[in-house]
Amino acid sequence: MDVMPKWAEVILVPLISLILAAIISALVILAIGEDPVAAVKLMVSGALGSTYGWGYTLYYATNFMFTGLAVAVAFHARLFNIGGEGQAALGGLGVALACLYVPWPHWSLALLGAIVMAGLFGAIWAAVPAYLQAKRGSHIVITTIMFNFIAASLLNYILVNVLRPRGSMDPATARFPEGVHLPSLHEVLAPIGIGFSKAAPANISLLVAVLACVLVWVLIWRTRLGYELRAYGHSESAAKYAGISPFKITMITMIISGALAGLMAINNVMGEAERLVLNAVEGAGFIGIAVALMGRSHPFGVFLAAILFGFLYQGGAELALWTKIPRELIVVIQALVILFTGALDNMVRMPLERMFLAMRRARAPKPVEPAE
Amino acid sequence: MDFLTLIQLLDSTVRLATPLLLACLAGLFSERAGIFDIGLEGKMLAAAFFSAAVASVTGSVWLGLLAGIAASLALSALHGVASITFRGNQLISGVAVNFLAAGLTVLIAQSWFQQGGRTPSLIGGGRFTPITLPFADAVADVPFLGPIYAELISGHSILVYIAFAAVPLTWFILFRTRFGLRLRAVGENPAAVDTAGVSVVALRYAAVGICGVLCGIAGAYLSTALQAGFVKDMSAGRGYIALAALIFAKWRPWYALYATLLFGLFGALETRPDVITALTGMRVQGQLLGALPYIMTVIILAGFVGRATPPRAGGEPYVKER
Repeated sequence: MDVMPKWAEVILVPLISLILAAIISALVILAIGEDPVAAVKLMVSGALGSTYGWGYTLYYATNFMFTGLAVAVAFHARLFNIGGEGQAALGGLGVALACLYVPWPHWSLALLGAIVMAGLFGAIWAAVPAYLQAKRGSHIVITTIMFNFIAASLLNYILVNVLRPRGSMDPATARFPEGVHLPSLHEVLAPIGIGFSKAAPANISLLVAVLACVLVWVLIWRTRLGYELRAYGHSESAAKYAGISPFKITMITMIISGALAGLMAINNVMGEAERLVLNAVEGAGFIGIAVALMGRSHPFGVFLAAILFGFLYQGGAELALWTKIPRELIVVIQALVILFTGALDNMVRMPLERMFLAMRRARAPKPVEPAE
Repeated sequence: MDFLTLIQLLDSTVRLATPLLLACLAGLFSERAGIFDIGLEGKMLAAAFFSAAVASVTGSVWLGLLAGIAASLALSALHGVASITFRGNQLISGVAVNFLAAGLTVLIAQSWFQQGGRTPSLIGGGRFTPITLPFADAVADVPFLGPIYAELISGHSILVYIAFAAVPLTWFILFRTRFGLRLRAVGENPAAVDTAGVSVVALRYAAVGICGVLCGIAGAYLSTALQAGFVKDMSAGRGYIALAALIFAKWRPWYALYATLLFGLFGALETRPDVITALTGMRVQGQLLGALPYIMTVIILAGFVGRATPPRAGGEPYVKER
């Protein structure tokens, strides 16, 4: 049934979807009375024109890599994890506990500890909906949405009543000690002679995110578990027949997915804010959906899509700063990307398939007409 | 807790339940026809903005209501095109609708009114005002029944009465008309409907359209009756609560009324922690109260309180030839 060559499937379809989303975004900018060309120029110079801009772009991209991978892993098993927001919030709680209550001798050990705690907390928050889907048949989409709200309430309660330092009015934890300070890209790159902006929040978590992309690739395409996971995603009944336990796959997939979403906290909570505040996730869990869809659930695609969204995020912030276009433009662009690459996938795919079929027919030798 | 407090509490329960009820019935039509819709939230938000915007520009709340319904219908059409015509993933389409509404409303509000993503406050004819039912003033002094009639039943905006009237109407349409029978059938077994010579696509578009109208009314209620104007993200998760109520109601109209009233009561209690303290003698955390509808939904979804079976063909696009 492969109508299209692989390159068209992997590059052409997402590219056309992306162009459609871009055209409509430009129309939206025009409609609110601004100049789309000037807007794009401002976004590019603001996000990529300086190491400061790059620092923010890569910082956001790091967040989106984690949440994008989380959604992507679940997609492979045909599970739709909308709970990245809550899982990342709980991951933040794990990071805060690790950083506040353990006297780490060195940042590298603190990072390892934080990774474990962030992953663990995110995984637990994803495991409950997974269990309820696998054992009780409750729809994972609805339960993960509900768990986002519950996580927000829970975190609100903990920050206000438990972790808030005495005398502070802010619903936030105390600052993390100096010892768990993660090196920024400036500190990483300075020894090898690259001058990188000191002010930008991009930090060593970026490398962890890239490593996570590689590990997810290995998991999905080079391990037995990954094979089972994809088989389950393609056909649940066939997978069952082949002796793959749906319960096991659902649980493991969601635990990995939740852990990846939770890991985002090492970047924003530990690397940037250095304390846990309310709503630290800032929608990155949802952007993960767009990132995974655009990256076709492939870790390398997720990597590229995350950088694109990092660019959009930082560019959008610059737009809001210098023009009258509000930040919400990014939400619109994100919606269009989700719409075209996810929901309207067939709108792009069907005509393309027809085109490739026609081309193939034209190239194939004409059948010999039978003689009279 | 005295009688008057109880009446006040129930009064705000009704107010808060109304948008949930409308959205819940909207989801009911859509999901009974086999189209999952997590975009209820977005449609409500878009409708809330456009009805407030048009009402503030024209000074007529009725034009505002129409604009809100139109906006919600436009998003419904988008969802329909994606999930019926192009057989896309309904969940992903719903997520896109929610984001589109969240972004566009602020974007347009900012370029239209320059007030930080809100509309001007609605005054006079720009709002739905409370309706005093006949004899409400006359019977207000009658003990017990008087306050119930004058405070609880009378004195709501017309949209509240529309919402409550929509419950028996929905029941009638779904269970007593040919259209309703076909609509339910298309959510259970579209192939059978197709075989009978009825268009699956037309029926599903009709259901999605009804869903759009009801969400439009729900959104208009938020910004022109419950509050006086649109503010950013004012639907505040009500679309998701409505979905939860729908599951709670097992996709049935009368149960939808009870479920949304229950969630409305939670909302009302959240603003009156003193009542809970008086009733239970405990100080209940506001955050716990806020999370309660969501926690309950999870428990219900898990089937610990009776089983809720969704329409069998829900979420699956219908392919004519297989």
